[in-house]
Amino acid sequence: MNSPCDPVPKTNAMHTGSVLLTNDVGLHARPSVKLTQLAKRFGAHIEFARAATGPWVDAKSPVKVMRFKAAKGETLHFRASGADAADALSAIVSLVQRGFVADDEESAQPPHG
Amino acid sequence: MMEKHFAGRPAAPGIALGALFPLTIGTSVRVTSGSATSEAEALRAALNAALVDLRELIARSNREAAEILEFQVALLEDDALAEAAFVAIAEGAAADLAWLRAMHEEIAGYEKSDDEYFRARAADLYDIRDRVVAHLTGSAIEAGVPPGAIVTAQDLTPSRFLAIDWSRGGALALTAGSTTSHVAMLARSRGIPAVVGIGVDLAEHSGDALIDAHRGLLIVNPGPAARAQFERDAQAAASTRTLAAAAALRPAVTADGTPIRIMLNIADPRELAALDPAICDGIGLVRTEFLFHDKHGLPDEEQQYAVYRRIAEWAQGRPVVIRTLDAGGDKPIPGLTPAGESNPFLGVRGLRLSLAHPDIFRMQLRALSRAAVHGNVKIMLPMVTHPRELAIARGMLDAEVAALQAAGVRVRRASLGIMVEVPAAAIAADRFDAEFFSIGSNDLTQYVAAAGRDIGAVADLADPTQPAMLRLFRWVVEAARAQRIEVSLCGDAGGDPRAIPLLLGTGLRTLSMAPALVGGAKLAVAAVGLRPIAESGPWQR
Repeated sequence: MNSPCDPVPKTNAMHTGSVLLTNDVGLHARPSVKLTQLAKRFGAHIEFARAATGPWVDAKSPVKVMRFKAAKGETLHFRASGADAADALSAIVSLVQRGFVADDEESAQPPHG
Repeated sequence: MMEKHFAGRPAAPGIALGALFPLTIGTSVRVTSGSATSEAEALRAALNAALVDLRELIARSNREAAEILEFQVALLEDDALAEAAFVAIAEGAAADLAWLRAMHEEIAGYEKSDDEYFRARAADLYDIRDRVVAHLTGSAIEAGVPPGAIVTAQDLTPSRFLAIDWSRGGALALTAGSTTSHVAMLARSRGIPAVVGIGVDLAEHSGDALIDAHRGLLIVNPGPAARAQFERDAQAAASTRTLAAAAALRPAVTADGTPIRIMLNIADPRELAALDPAICDGIGLVRTEFLFHDKHGLPDEEQQYAVYRRIAEWAQGRPVVIRTLDAGGDKPIPGLTPAGESNPFLGVRGLRLSLAHPDIFRMQLRALSRAAVHGNVKIMLPMVTHPRELAIARGMLDAEVAALQAAGVRVRRASLGIMVEVPAAAIAADRFDAEFFSIGSNDLTQYVAAAGRDIGAVADLADPTQPAMLRLFRWVVEAARAQRIEVSLCGDAGGDPRAIPLLLGTGLRTLSMAPALVGGAKLAVAAVGLRPIAESGPWQR
């Protein structure tokens, strides 16, 4: 099982979390599109990296996500800042944990509803 | 104007006289505005237009194709994609050049990945690149090719070749390219004369030119003597063509009354649209590589099934020999074939590649087994070397058929044969318990002669009619007879009127060839007396 660190809720601060990439093809075309589409639903600034220290990649840019070329078995570190950062982070970690399978709609709604 | 001669390699036979039409991508067609603001505007408009195209395509596509296109939309919508291009434009670059350079970098990033999934996605980037270039240059350049033109280009993709209207003739002259490339096969199949490997950039030449693709010659601004020779050649070719067209619809029978089966080699199912199945006794070789070169990555089972079924139905009950993926060697598939092999012709290609990617191979076997319900489909394995490989492939085929049957899917276990093209398989043909043989004379000849057809300096040595080859063909034919299985030949020699008498002399009675060669081949067959050939023993010389 993969073991994401639960995002630590802090107001007005950076939220961080990490998750193991388990789907077969890594952060490939469709997973990248799903990830960026989800990230774009949030106002928060969301980035990810191979190490907790960066370098950081914009999680809302499919071009940059594809340049990153994350493979199966890598651990992705996420960080988010902004009003809905905590929700954004948990939604994204959950998407990666589910191996990017569809039906992210219910669990990943931004919190204006 | 001076008459200029350019020598290349003959890729598809024929002669043609016409106006040169340089087919370049973007750069020479587009007039630059010279202002950074309007160049940026032009690129922005082209990016938007490409997005509109893609969205329309998605609306017309099935779910699978739509998901692939949505990936392209996601990249195009992302400002990061064209960021470097806009920077270059601000520094004075033309919009199309800036875009091509930026995409070159982006594509290189995908192609150098160790991960085959990422490498395969480079195809999507090429697609995006070309779509935007098409809008930048006001494109559909291919549609503007005048009828009968001699098209020149660096190289040409199959889809660009197919986008040109060849119905009123024309010819092809390529700076690069290979005689075994997909586009060369398409040119042979369509009867479009083609010369490749000319080695000189032809984009700056204009005016009339003539092509003698038998000799691999392009003559720009031909003088009176060259034109007069062309007229004589053209008249001779026209009368042969008339005879061949009439012969194509008749059965092939030798002068002494032996019927010969004439089959077609097909590299792309789109070739079949203009063909009457009555000209042939079936399809002797369907190359399936075209499916795997699609811009949208590897084909799924449904896509393959639909294509195989369409070909099987076209043949109306005649046999259709479909070769499993024969990638590798001179036919790399990004993301699938290994990169950096020191000698790809001796590396992981053909069945070797399929056995290394069992998921992809099994998928193809399932699609073929389902299509076999709709016609007389036979499955042929390329590059088989050892009987063990055939046994493994047969086990996989039987397992897939059984699994599909258990799942209630309609399938038929098609007969499973091998392409005899590796010398080891030819020499030990009697040890292969295949359900049919087809001699792949192109590869078999270059492996036996240790001479590549693509290497001009040694191409003469790769002659499929030399005694060494004829002896080997005779042996394979005998091995097939002893096992009571069918044997055919599907290399280029099969459609060559000069080779046909010798091939029939080895005992072959089934030849497979490009559709455009059928008429000429049938005429050649009609002139053959089998007994005199057998008695002269050309394999002894």
